[in-house]
Amino acid sequence: MPRNCNCSMSTASPIEDSAVDGRVLPRFYRVEAAVWELADTVTLDLMPESGKTPGFRPGQFNMLYAFGIGEIAISLSGDAAENERYIHTVRNVGAVSSALSTLAPGALIGVRGPFGRGWPLDEAEGGDVVLVAGGLGLAPLRPAILHMLANRERFGRVTILFGTRNPAEMLFRRDLEDWRQRLDVDIAVTVDHADASWRGNVGVVPDLIARAAFDPEHTIAMVCGPEVMMRFTATGLAAAGVAEDRIYLSMERNMKCAVGLCGHCQFGPDFICKDGPVMRYDRIAPIFALREV
Amino acid sequence: MKSIDALIEELPFFTDLTSEQYRIISGCARNRRFDAGQYLFRESAPADEFLVIRHGTVALEIVAPGQPPIVIGTLHEGDVVGAAWLVPPYRWMYDARAMELTRAIGIDAQCLRDKCEADPKLGYEMMKLFLPVLVKGLHATQLQLLDVYRKPD
Repeated sequence: MPRNCNCSMSTASPIEDSAVDGRVLPRFYRVEAAVWELADTVTLDLMPESGKTPGFRPGQFNMLYAFGIGEIAISLSGDAAENERYIHTVRNVGAVSSALSTLAPGALIGVRGPFGRGWPLDEAEGGDVVLVAGGLGLAPLRPAILHMLANRERFGRVTILFGTRNPAEMLFRRDLEDWRQRLDVDIAVTVDHADASWRGNVGVVPDLIARAAFDPEHTIAMVCGPEVMMRFTATGLAAAGVAEDRIYLSMERNMKCAVGLCGHCQFGPDFICKDGPVMRYDRIAPIFALREV
Repeated sequence: MKSIDALIEELPFFTDLTSEQYRIISGCARNRRFDAGQYLFRESAPADEFLVIRHGTVALEIVAPGQPPIVIGTLHEGDVVGAAWLVPPYRWMYDARAMELTRAIGIDAQCLRDKCEADPKLGYEMMKLFLPVLVKGLHATQLQLLDVYRKPD
């Protein structure tokens, strides 16, 4: 410690604080259950080895560490009101996600987080909400949907628009069926292509916007999916009259430190890990479609 | 029972037309009804009519030999079915099947093309009506082609 330093042993640096609260050093979590949602997508139910599970806000993510292999950012897909556990839905697309998706109940992993800004649920209260999800993008939106359904009286019209590749690759099918049973939620599902046995919509998810009933001036839109899909969707929402500062997107970039230090997830002037992953469209629109960013 | 003019005026697709243009178009129009499973038209057949759906759902299908039909799109109330009537050789490029009882207004393509040739202002109005439909369809096709939900390589 420098001789003239005013600091004391009790004043920890931000990194030391982070280490204490599980933001830099991972905590141990045990896999309670692993449920295959699709052929390549599994939902992990994680319980802490010791201590309490830090709460999270819908839209936030954790860094999941497969020991000896690596660490990746995965959004929380469970109910934020259930504060004993973390639920993560992982698609097997790389070395780390492959290792995570093959974990059996009882296995240990490292968890850092939760990180980032979540969905603007407080701001959305009192008005209509349109949630647009594409493919695995339904996972980060699921906690927001569960929150709204549990607090239904706080929101106006709630509309869920979901697009996926084909009927066989429909994530959270049981949830979608349950939500469709409710009389206080509008839900539309579409697939990119199907065979003739499919009785539902075929087409892209942005096309569902024009048929959805909501008051655009008093609507908050929350969008998550592949970035190209989000670009088309944001354009569709704006064409429907939703102001750009009322459209929120969950962005994805390569995350490493997750605490805004390393710069791997830089997106223009922002870091996705701390300024996102949920970002307001008007803030990112000027650079959203730039391939250099 | 409503007249064909009244039915056309109810369709949002034609909202911007003048009453004179409504009258011209209704001269080419007829009421159509398709039971569930019935085809509105089949691939390679003459595209001599386009339809605007009043009620119901229509699946657009393409069939490859030895394969089950692939549904490439579904259309709903207010949507226009078919654009092949706009350009030679005026042949449908896919099948259109009613997924449920579907009611539509059918517009005789030759009749409308002739009237547009004779009245360029009407032709321009028709172009303004159909161009957004075509561009929207093109964008949707681009997004479908990108197959954005596939597992990354």
